[in-house]
Amino acid sequence: MARTEADAGTAGPPGGGPDAGSARPRGGQDRSEHPDLAGLEAGLDALETRAPVRASLGGVLLNKVLPPVVAVVLVVGAWQIAAAADVKPDYMLPGPLDVWDSLADLWYEGTLFEVIWHSVSRGALGFAASLAIGTPLGLLVARVRAVRAAIGPVLSGLQSLPSVAWVPAAIIWFGLNDSTIYAVVLLGAVPSIANGLIAGVDQVPPLFLRAGRTLGATGLRGIRYVLLPAALPGYLAGLKQGWAFSWRSLMAAELIASSPDLGIGLGQLLENARTNSDMSGVLAAIWLILIVGIGIELLVFAPLERRVLRSRGLLAGTS
Amino acid sequence: MAASTLTEVGPGAVTEAVGAPAVRLGQVSKSFGRPGAAQTVLDGISLDVAPGEFVCLLGASGCGKSTLLNLVAGLDRPSSGTIEVPGGRPALMFQEHALFPWLTAGRNVELALRLRGVPRAERRERAERLLDLVRLRGAHGKRVHELSGGMRQRVALARALAQASPVLLMDEPFAALDAITRDVLHEELTHLWSETRLSVLFVTHNVREAVRLAQRVVLLSSRPGRIAREWTIDLPQPRRIEDPGVSDLSVEITEHLREEIRRHGQN
Repeated sequence: MARTEADAGTAGPPGGGPDAGSARPRGGQDRSEHPDLAGLEAGLDALETRAPVRASLGGVLLNKVLPPVVAVVLVVGAWQIAAAADVKPDYMLPGPLDVWDSLADLWYEGTLFEVIWHSVSRGALGFAASLAIGTPLGLLVARVRAVRAAIGPVLSGLQSLPSVAWVPAAIIWFGLNDSTIYAVVLLGAVPSIANGLIAGVDQVPPLFLRAGRTLGATGLRGIRYVLLPAALPGYLAGLKQGWAFSWRSLMAAELIASSPDLGIGLGQLLENARTNSDMSGVLAAIWLILIVGIGIELLVFAPLERRVLRSRGLLAGTS
Repeated sequence: MAASTLTEVGPGAVTEAVGAPAVRLGQVSKSFGRPGAAQTVLDGISLDVAPGEFVCLLGASGCGKSTLLNLVAGLDRPSSGTIEVPGGRPALMFQEHALFPWLTAGRNVELALRLRGVPRAERRERAERLLDLVRLRGAHGKRVHELSGGMRQRVALARALAQASPVLLMDEPFAALDAITRDVLHEELTHLWSETRLSVLFVTHNVREAVRLAQRVVLLSSRPGRIAREWTIDLPQPRRIEDPGVSDLSVEITEHLREEIRRHGQN
């Protein structure tokens, strides 16, 4: 017998009475009675679906890992040649090995991870605060017309203002302490997170909203079940950019607002090396800042984004 | 409500609603734009769809077919006239599948169940039954982009059925499919309809499709949309799109449709 969703059985007026339960299957209307149609559909389905192809480990190494490794080796090689040929004197252009020695010194002093952690923990805390402020702000601007008209242009304009421009103001307001640094990070990251969410919401196809409304997802349920999940890719892109802005702003703030009270982060490391005219130390600090920024992007945001895009079939080469 | 109990689909399922139409449109008009400069899209449409009836709305571009469905679906309000859908919010299927890509096929169906208050414990099983009904057994965990166009429309149909509405509105749901798949889905829809006896209001600009599927074909004129003519189709189901009876009536209806279109060239 065809046991199927009886929802059609409730078609009558509310309280349709005992009849609703007595709906019986039509004799001989079993699904298996249409083997022709079933076979036809199975055939069409089989013809039109392709099994997803998963790249082999060798392929990943060859296509994804090898090119960046080669690029880095070439850059370091060129650097080494330039340094060996004394294009500039050593105090201006030390070789890769000198920079490596500076890093090794930090390692042996035991301060390397302390310095990195000092900056990363600040960056993470600042980013988390930006997230907590930027998300509701973005949603508000995206959904409330008056709010959008009022602060939408300002919010996107703020993105083109380098957050280092806030450092002098923040120092005057807050003095040389952590408040200054967090203020600069927030002013850098909040607009990009909010703008990412706004862009994500704006790009939600109206069809999804209509489909959601016919299913009964209206008001807050519409936001929760349709709008936010649909806006997720744009939001994630905003988060990624928000992290980049947090990290940049943090470095700018640490570089300018250095004071013994603030402890040593990567920015202060860079500034200290400059005041000591230690070019190897300067380059080592730049490398560290770059590596931490790229590392967090690769370890946190890239997998998150790839997962979301892949599940929606939006990643090139997977659909 | 009673909708949360599982019974079985059968021809008697909607008989208690006999007497009252499943959809009643009374002198429905719709205009867009500012008063004074408004453009009338629909003008005085009166139409009843009986419980369990399959009606096709046919018309050229600009006849307001989709506008009419939006009104019945409650996505928009008529400028004047009345729309009654006693069974509650109708289910609506679009030309595009409109499935949510962040959910699997099964979860799309489950969302429809969830939004009408089906308890969590029942949702999974019911979604699988609905997928089984459109012959997609085992597709529960499939992502939307992994499905072919025809499969997506069947999932969309399952999701629409999950709404448990006695009225199913379809807005050119097969227009974007290839001819072979469309033919198979016609058969599938006829079969499902004969099992569930839903009331179907199906919009199309494809005359043969209308004659292949419907019990009644309603021809709309364009700009403004008015009901121009109606045909009751007595050909027995299941029909095929190649049947001589379907063919003959299609020729006749096409002639009237062309006549409607020609009128616009004469002004």
